[in-house]
Amino acid sequence: MLEKLNEIEKKALEAMAQAKELQELNELKVKILGRKGEITLMLRGLKDLSPQERSEFGQAANQVKDRIEKLVAQRINEIKARDLNQRLEHERLDVTLPGLPINRGGKHPLTLINEEIRDIFLSMGFAVAEGPEIEKDYYNFEALNVPKDHPARDMQDSFYITDEVLLRTHTSPVQVRTMEAMCPHLPVKIIVPGKVYRKDDDATHSPMFQQVEGLLIDKNITFANLKGVLMLFAQKIFNEDVKVRYRPSFFPFTEPSVEMDISCVSCKGKGCRVCSHTGWLEILGAGMVHPRVLQYGGYDPEEVTGFAFGMGIERIAMLKYGINDLRLFFDNDKRFLQQF
Amino acid sequence: MGVSINWLRKYVDFDLTSADLAHKLTMAGIAVEGVEEKDDDSIMELDLTPNRGDCLGMINLAREVAAITGNKLQIPHNDLSNEGTEVNDYIKINIQDTDLCPRYSARVIKNVVIKPSPDWMQQALINSGIRPINNVVDITNYVMLETNQPLHAFDYDLIGEDKQILVRRAASGEKIVTIDEALHELEADMLVITNGYKPVALAGVMGGHDSEINEKTTTVLLESANFNPVNIRRTSRKVNLRSDSSMRFEKGVDPNGTVMALNRAAQLMVDLADGEVVPGIIDVYPAPIKPATIKLRTQKVNRLLDTSLSTEDIQGYMQKLSFPVTRKGDVLLVETPTYRPDLQLEVDLIEEVARLYGYNNIPDYLPLTSATGGGLTAYQIFRDKLRSNLAQNMYEVINYSFINPDAFDRIMLPDDHILRQVVKVANPLSEEQSVMRTTLLPGLLSTISRNAARRNYNLSFFELGAIFIPSQGNLPQEKLKVGGIVAGSNDINWQKVRTEMDYFYLKGILTGLFTGLGIKDVVYQAGSIPGYHPGRTAIISCRGQELGVLGEIHPLVGENYDIKVRACAFELDVETMFNLVTPNALMESITRYPSMERDIAVVLPEEVEASQAIAVIKQINSPLLRGVEIFDLFTGGNLQAGFKSMAFRLTFQSGDRTLKEEEINPLTERVIQLLESDLQARLR
Repeated sequence: MLEKLNEIEKKALEAMAQAKELQELNELKVKILGRKGEITLMLRGLKDLSPQERSEFGQAANQVKDRIEKLVAQRINEIKARDLNQRLEHERLDVTLPGLPINRGGKHPLTLINEEIRDIFLSMGFAVAEGPEIEKDYYNFEALNVPKDHPARDMQDSFYITDEVLLRTHTSPVQVRTMEAMCPHLPVKIIVPGKVYRKDDDATHSPMFQQVEGLLIDKNITFANLKGVLMLFAQKIFNEDVKVRYRPSFFPFTEPSVEMDISCVSCKGKGCRVCSHTGWLEILGAGMVHPRVLQYGGYDPEEVTGFAFGMGIERIAMLKYGINDLRLFFDNDKRFLQQF
Repeated sequence: MGVSINWLRKYVDFDLTSADLAHKLTMAGIAVEGVEEKDDDSIMELDLTPNRGDCLGMINLAREVAAITGNKLQIPHNDLSNEGTEVNDYIKINIQDTDLCPRYSARVIKNVVIKPSPDWMQQALINSGIRPINNVVDITNYVMLETNQPLHAFDYDLIGEDKQILVRRAASGEKIVTIDEALHELEADMLVITNGYKPVALAGVMGGHDSEINEKTTTVLLESANFNPVNIRRTSRKVNLRSDSSMRFEKGVDPNGTVMALNRAAQLMVDLADGEVVPGIIDVYPAPIKPATIKLRTQKVNRLLDTSLSTEDIQGYMQKLSFPVTRKGDVLLVETPTYRPDLQLEVDLIEEVARLYGYNNIPDYLPLTSATGGGLTAYQIFRDKLRSNLAQNMYEVINYSFINPDAFDRIMLPDDHILRQVVKVANPLSEEQSVMRTTLLPGLLSTISRNAARRNYNLSFFELGAIFIPSQGNLPQEKLKVGGIVAGSNDINWQKVRTEMDYFYLKGILTGLFTGLGIKDVVYQAGSIPGYHPGRTAIISCRGQELGVLGEIHPLVGENYDIKVRACAFELDVETMFNLVTPNALMESITRYPSMERDIAVVLPEEVEASQAIAVIKQINSPLLRGVEIFDLFTGGNLQAGFKSMAFRLTFQSGDRTLKEEEINPLTERVIQLLESDLQARLR
């Protein structure tokens, strides 16, 4: 009996080891262990044996049964794994093929720079003020200490709507508008981004461009404070080791007036084509708010002082992105826009 | 303006290379744009700010160099005596309008020989950008460059019989031919130099052709006068004539410098034109202008600049500039010379201190001010969100705010359309930029057109910008609009997935936008808008307020912009959108009970719109109906003409129990009944 059992086991194990498919294996399992399987049948014949023999054989038969069952389970796992691997192998993709084209978009580079500049000043506690693009001569010039027929008007050739209304030539009119609205409260601490217009059109001038203006008025605001704020701005918008220098300049609405240069972003101050071999790039104009402008805004220049600054967004964007032609900003070519 | 370093050296000594001098001047506010090195000279190109017109004169520029270097200014020596009266026999001079001509000084030089001026003088003029003419004219220009005082030489014999000069306002319609042979018809507020009858010079702008110096001239009447800057500026603009003289007068010339320049030029006419100065000088100066005195407080200087200068330091800077100073404790009384009309207030002197002290020597630190909230307003944040949202699928563009008025024809606006009422630019650069836009559409169409012409495909752009509506008697109304445009399809891919960028593509973007911004209950209603396809255009509104338009561009408009594919656009009013945002939307809890779906397909008359069908379905008014989606739509096939098949997926769900078939089936039945009764639908 035991021999026969061993014989069955041996044959079963061999057959199972050779089985290639799940079905084959299941059939084998039924054939050996099923209700009419070889081992089941042998166990049914035990009733003729002595109790001891019966117990010994039963034990042996159960062990064989266990071993076969284990092997079956193991072989099933092996075959399943083999099948899965085969399937996965079959499903291999060319992962280098391009993905589905999802239509993407993006903000205009001038918007990106505008937001970058804005965020720097927001973090310093400035608020954002806005004003009309079509402005009264009064706010654009007169209240900024540029009377009619003043030679300084030549600095900003204007588009007029009527004698008294024009396309604003700078964002500075919002200075006076804001002061009027806030006076006598202090501090006045704003930046003013926006479109401005000048009668100029060539490779370095666009009839429409964007500026950001800044204004801080309080008791005891000093020239050193202006330099401190501008220095921090330059470091944040360009880099930590940027060098700056300040040159006296003239704007009718500030006194003293200053222009800020930064060390050339392209050659780091050594001198190159970008900086006309000077090592410096002019990036913004600023100054202490002119006493007459403070008065136009309703403040007493003996009581308060302030500084103002203004810069062209296009200029900063050109420097940061290495853009060499101003006209690209308003040409709106997709190949340009999708780079930012 | 070109400045010869050698010439400058005649008035002040300095031990600096041209590059060092250029740098020092620049850092003191006299911007040098570049230095051109020549064989034996260097020419500095100055870029003067409008307040420093004085530095158009070499001697004034030398004053700056003297202040920077501490060296002494040397003004050219002149022996010419002002004594004598003989000149009065030659000429009578009167000023009628002293408000426009505070001073008129003159001399007569006889027996001059007209010939070319010496080479050194010609070279000096050429370096400064002035063409040499003859010795007499060159001398007037040379002395102008030297002193900043414009001079004019008349041929004495050609100024008329009466031998008199009357300075007055022109009579309206009076005429003069200037040296450049241009005829000008004058207006009543223009100042002229007359011979008592007719103009012989346009004061401060240009001399008259009839009395100009010529090769036969033997006697010269030399004018050195002072004119009102505003009047010269207006006249020069009106007659469209900017001369070296008018450019100086409009920036302000020293009224106390006329005689010095006059004598200098007269002396040079003796030296270089063999002339003989008629003894005596005529100097009409009825109300001499005295230097102003400005109070300069040490404490104010230090408070504004954040410096700790002593009164002595400040006094030192004033003295470097040769400004006479009287000290009273910590206050300086500074006499500002009349050649510096830019110095009017204490701050103007503080700038002088600052620029000589050096802007870069002033400390820098952040201000200590009261704390501010700062930050963005709700509207500003909203606009940021709007922009970021659209920028996920579209590229932002920036177009000019001014457009070509023919754009309104190109977008097929009827003649009486409200958007044709524009704000016009009075002095545009060109017709293409002559009116302010009243819609973003032309700019967006041009953007598509330009990109398509360059073979850029799959186009999708948006713009956020103001439009301008005229307003009687006020500033125009500026409305912020957001517009978008799409054209083409992104069919270049190996999966052959083709997304047509059509009406529904753009509507999908807008649906996402409104959801993202929290604008609910948006309604699209078929409408007719000029420029758009009459059957593919929707007017978008929300809670009764119109937001704008979405539609396919009319094919003729497309043609007008040379766009060969279908394009779709939208334009919405940003402030209206902002006002419709549902504030602080609260979370809706998510039910843990399963939903049940029922699909029904019906045949409907073709004209029934989807929104109508959905509205009818919702009439069952059951809280269990959570959603209605259209998942299939077709016409043709074996459907009768004039009908379409539309399939809806109804989603039912309860917040407190698992739904049973028996609950749902009657609801579905009811939906079908409603569709049948209200819309003549037939179940498929």
